[in-house]
Amino acid sequence: MSKLKPYDGPILEIDQLSISFFTRLHDIPAVMDFSVDIQPGEAVGLVGESGCGKSTVALGVMQDLGVNGRIVGGAVRFKGQDLSQLSPEELRDIRGNEIAMIYQEPMASLNPAMRVGQQLSEVPMIHEGISQAQARQRALDVVRDVKLPDPERILRSYPHQLSGGQQQRIVIAMALMSKPALLILDEPTTALDVTVEAAVVELVKDLGKKYGTSMLFISHNLGLVLETCDRICVMYSGEAVETGSIKDVFDQMQHPYTQALFRSIPLPGADKNTRPLVAIPGNFPLPHERPTGCNFGPRCDHFAPGLCDQPGAIPMQTVKGFERHASRCLRMSDIDWNAPIATAVKTTACDPGKVVLKVDNLRKYYEVAANTLLGARGDKTLVKANECLSFEAHEGETLAIVGESGCGKSTFAKVLMGLETATNGQILLDGRNIEQTPINARDTQTVADIQMVFQNPFDTLNPSMTVGRQILRALEVFGHGTSHAQRHGEMMRLLDLVKLPREFATRMPRQLSGGQKQRVGIARAFAGGARIVVADEPVSALDVSVQAAVADLLMDIQQDQKTTLLFISHDLSIVRYLSDRMMVMYLGHVVELGSTAQVFAPPYHPYTEALLSAVPIADTHVKKKHIVLEGDVPSALTPPPGCPFQTRCPRKSDVPGDLCDTQLPPIRTMDNGHQIKCHLSDAILSRMDPVFKITPENR
Amino acid sequence: MLLTALCLTLLVFYLTNLAPNLEKLAKTQGNFRMTDEEVTTYLANHGYAQPFLAKYGQWLGVLPGYVIIGHDGQTRAKCAPESGVIETAPRFCGILQGDWGQSSVIKKDVGTVIADKLALTGKLMFWVLVLMVPSALLIGVLAGMREGSRTDRTLSTISITTSATPEYVSGVLFIAVFASSAVGLKWFKGTATSAMDHATFENFFLPVLTIAAYGMGYIARMTRASMAEVMTSQYIRTARLKGVSFGNIVVKHALRNALIAPFTVIMLQFPWLLNGVVIVETLFNYKGFGWAMVLAASNNDIELLLGISVVSVIVVLLTQLISDIGYVYLNPRISVT
Amino acid sequence: MTDPLGWGGIIGQMMVQFAPTLTALIATFALSITYKRRLGLYGKLFDSTIGMIGLALVLFWVYTAFFAGVLDLIATHDPLDQSASMKKKLPGTPYSKLIGKADPEAGAYYILGGDNLGRDVFSRVIAGSIKVILIAPFATIFAFMVGVTLGLPAGYYGGKFDTVLSFIANLVMAFPVILLFYLLVTPEIVHTGIPVYMAAILFIFPVIFLTILWQSRYYTQPAKRNIYVGITLVIGLWLYLGIAWDADPLGLIRFPPNLLVVFVAVVFVNAPTVFRIVRGLVLDIKTRDYVAAAQTRGEGPWYIMLWEILPNARGPLLVDFCLRIGYTTILLGTLGFFGLGLESESADWGKMIIDGRKLLSANILHIAIPPALALLSLVLGLNFLADGLREESLRD
Repeated sequence: MSKLKPYDGPILEIDQLSISFFTRLHDIPAVMDFSVDIQPGEAVGLVGESGCGKSTVALGVMQDLGVNGRIVGGAVRFKGQDLSQLSPEELRDIRGNEIAMIYQEPMASLNPAMRVGQQLSEVPMIHEGISQAQARQRALDVVRDVKLPDPERILRSYPHQLSGGQQQRIVIAMALMSKPALLILDEPTTALDVTVEAAVVELVKDLGKKYGTSMLFISHNLGLVLETCDRICVMYSGEAVETGSIKDVFDQMQHPYTQALFRSIPLPGADKNTRPLVAIPGNFPLPHERPTGCNFGPRCDHFAPGLCDQPGAIPMQTVKGFERHASRCLRMSDIDWNAPIATAVKTTACDPGKVVLKVDNLRKYYEVAANTLLGARGDKTLVKANECLSFEAHEGETLAIVGESGCGKSTFAKVLMGLETATNGQILLDGRNIEQTPINARDTQTVADIQMVFQNPFDTLNPSMTVGRQILRALEVFGHGTSHAQRHGEMMRLLDLVKLPREFATRMPRQLSGGQKQRVGIARAFAGGARIVVADEPVSALDVSVQAAVADLLMDIQQDQKTTLLFISHDLSIVRYLSDRMMVMYLGHVVELGSTAQVFAPPYHPYTEALLSAVPIADTHVKKKHIVLEGDVPSALTPPPGCPFQTRCPRKSDVPGDLCDTQLPPIRTMDNGHQIKCHLSDAILSRMDPVFKITPENR
Repeated sequence: MLLTALCLTLLVFYLTNLAPNLEKLAKTQGNFRMTDEEVTTYLANHGYAQPFLAKYGQWLGVLPGYVIIGHDGQTRAKCAPESGVIETAPRFCGILQGDWGQSSVIKKDVGTVIADKLALTGKLMFWVLVLMVPSALLIGVLAGMREGSRTDRTLSTISITTSATPEYVSGVLFIAVFASSAVGLKWFKGTATSAMDHATFENFFLPVLTIAAYGMGYIARMTRASMAEVMTSQYIRTARLKGVSFGNIVVKHALRNALIAPFTVIMLQFPWLLNGVVIVETLFNYKGFGWAMVLAASNNDIELLLGISVVSVIVVLLTQLISDIGYVYLNPRISVT
Repeated sequence: MTDPLGWGGIIGQMMVQFAPTLTALIATFALSITYKRRLGLYGKLFDSTIGMIGLALVLFWVYTAFFAGVLDLIATHDPLDQSASMKKKLPGTPYSKLIGKADPEAGAYYILGGDNLGRDVFSRVIAGSIKVILIAPFATIFAFMVGVTLGLPAGYYGGKFDTVLSFIANLVMAFPVILLFYLLVTPEIVHTGIPVYMAAILFIFPVIFLTILWQSRYYTQPAKRNIYVGITLVIGLWLYLGIAWDADPLGLIRFPPNLLVVFVAVVFVNAPTVFRIVRGLVLDIKTRDYVAAAQTRGEGPWYIMLWEILPNARGPLLVDFCLRIGYTTILLGTLGFFGLGLESESADWGKMIIDGRKLLSANILHIAIPPALALLSLVLGLNFLADGLREESLRD
């Protein structure tokens, strides 16, 4: 409840804000000359890559910059009042009451040792001084508003007893407890699965309308911003480079960085052969290594020497004819913004060769002690991580394995690599069974043939070994060459292959950026001339502009060496861009398998349909069908009987009787080897509408 | 836990019953000029020559006590005191029956000795805990509350210093400064012998402080680390941005989470505290449990030493049990069921 | 007959005696601060006040022990030499000898006075430092070798192996340390040979450790492997025979059995704690992707443990290493305090403290206080050093 005077005008005005962090070695300017307004009821998206300063802006608004951070210029005005002028008490009255914040990691933002109800009711008790009973009643109402089942039970729970999606809903509920005027959302869905993300985003949108709250939505995902916001502000290296309404910025961008960003993300229409992505060259500058002049200058296609590299700040300029659209580019009027992409190199798709890998009815079950604390004796439950996995992979082909967390895709990778052995079924590599051979029993050639690229670039390299030695070690183990010199030469060749400078051989991993580390990981995987590479979300932890470069590198090497790539991912955009065939998994089952085109077009498995509709797409011309799944993915410990998807399936009512509840659907082969595991009748399947509709408008 | 206790007593039993130790025992009990032969006879007469496991079983009370007709014609039974009547003696007499044996140094029943000494040490430990735990937690919380502040640096340096000062150093320094006339303060007494009967501030504070100081530094450091970590966690930021005042953040949000880790540390401190007790009781001449241990160990008083080991191991294991239970209570993420 | 020294004189005399140590200390600091940016973590230590104080204290005793032990500097008298006329004399008393002839090379004063047998307290403190600096780090290294060699597989494999080892470790840790010392470090036990057997078990670990280290790294290059493993085995087993079994075929390496017991006892007490720390670190690090990468490359488990996991656990281990040397120093003092495992005459800080303690009530402080302060400063230095290291390694 507001204790401020009524005020009409923007809810939040950020005016030429500059924030610096002061450390022993350098003063790091994190945000420079940043301005944005938020009108009542408006949602503004703040987009940029990690390290661009977008979270710092949020903390600056909250006046919570820690010991080292300080606002060095400009002002943040909330309802006309300069927040930096407030006393700590006045600031406390605003925090949580007028401005509330929602964070990236729901688990970490809830106090693990406090019941959810207490954490919720605390907010109005502090700000409005209402009684515990009243606060609890309010908490019940809000929990009902965020659509959580059984609010009473939820209020009595500790955070760890809730699922990730439920926790995030509680965080949202907590933010709404005092009906704030402004809600700041800092990457609120990054830690969640796609279908859960879609539901949370939906909820935030609805509640924003219901409570009339203004929103500052911070995200690295352009698609998400398109779906939730009215206006957008793009940040690069501590500066806002472009602001405007969603439509203006998405359709008529006026800054080279925004344009480059859009060209580097896989939108519908992009294709690895005919319309490849254009990666932004170079690396994101570190705060103390920014260039003079335009920060984006060194990576910009339109860079003009003598103009863009002159010292002095570049101001934001309003785009002619658009009042609230502004860009920080000196050459805004010189650039032809509609020129076609010039640098794209077209390649031809290589035909898939012979079958290299055949998986037949593979099953992997784990035995898990039912209770970890008392453990050891008695009850063990069986976790069915993989059920009846069957597919073939050809030489030179990219096969994507798609699914949310817990669907069994990583387990399959482990079995394939030999880190685990299969319970049942077979894996054939060139016709030889390998499913029961653990990695230490495999011969060197088999090990070298199947290699893996890992997800987290910060974890994939041993932090205490030089890059060169890590690659050399792989060469040694794979028995490459006979002398050190030979292996050293090969190591250099591998660095060339992944387009890294040769000096990197002597660097330590901490001196490399995320994308560079991922390249080293790729070089290491190909050290033994791998024929099958399992890439477990190789780009999902990377920034958007780097993702394209790493994905393209992987594709280049694959085409060159005719490698079979098993691409594990939850990101359907990138899957559509680079895979030839794909396989959708849910709770250990393959629910759909086919060529990428087949899977992306109807008929769909209902889960695939929901998954496709949940993916945010950063293109104003794409209209999506709207399907929101209820609830969470069931635990693999207690899978539902019958069809694994029946608990959340929106089309369950179309199947007669209790077929879905009792019987596992058969695998049905549609045309051209397209497989769907579903009870729906052919008639319903054939009547399905496509999820995406692209408005025929040239862009 | 039982297994641990069994293993440890077995180990002590083995070490104390090694041949050279028995020989020494025989010589101290008989006379020092015994010949080897006499030693053997003595040991056989007193049941020490039996197989090791048999002796252990008898001591435990799961095997019947020995009855030996000695070479000197006298019949001796484990369950009958030297002069007692053998016929009326019970068959079993181990610690399971509550019979701890006879101390060879103090010449009393081990059970009584231990009970006496334990009461004295209990008194000492009680005051140590009263002094140590609250002040350690307070120092730790105050220091960890604002990491890197001046308070933090001062308190951290103090706690590092006390935890780096073993009892025999701090005890000597305390006595020198506070109890000797050379420095001239003479606030306290340098021995605690009189505190065994009636403890006063004057004769009891120094030993208590000496033990408490060493443990305090360690617990305070743990609390500080834990508190500092909690204070940088995201849910504290959530609370701050919810508008909770700093005092409430510390008390309501941080404290419980921050105490989870140090709680186990406090409990695991007990074996260490036991060390401190031995040193301090020796240093201040306070005839408690630790003092008895030194006495028993240096004279190879097998029965007393075993009794002491059993008790100290049980104390240690009990504290571990308490720490597990408390941990579950403090940390809602672990439930008993 | 010279006059006794005043307090100023005593301090002056001490400075003169400590001159080599102080010179070395200042030189080290001057060099290190000049090049601190190029010295990695060690260099960063000079950004932290606490760390610098810690390092200074530790180096002070290391240099002192070095100059006194190797070059025979610093100490003014033979630490065992008694002089009846110097009994309980105050600091600064001129040296005299009642019976026998005074050593002409001995110093003119008992700088810190004489103890109850008329020995020079100052020289005894210095002699005590040699012993501590010699034993504490090595005992700690051995404890680490044992703890690491067992903790790595326990954490990495888990299962039964882990359960058994953890049980044993907890067993040792639940045992009151002093009781353990009393049971282990007695002449009677030395008689039975148990310490030698324990030494035989504990001291084989470093050899095993290094052998596995080389084998796992170089098994792909047998020639190189054979050289490394060969050298390790020859030198390692030679030292092993000499130290543990007193059976050096060349007769060069010997270890006084008395000291061996102390050494074994200290290693035995420390190893379980190291084991627990290493095991915990391994449990954390083994979930990292680079470990998985090594597994998918077909690396053997020991390569992964020793070359992928261990180097990345070095930060916490280094900090614990410093703390543990301090703890070992305390333990050695405790042993001396109870008069265990020592010849009754030898200079040992713990023993000097307990001897001096008896005279505190007679208001004679100068016998107990100097060794107490010496021990305190060394342990404190190690703790400060550990704290500085922890702070600086976190700051990155």
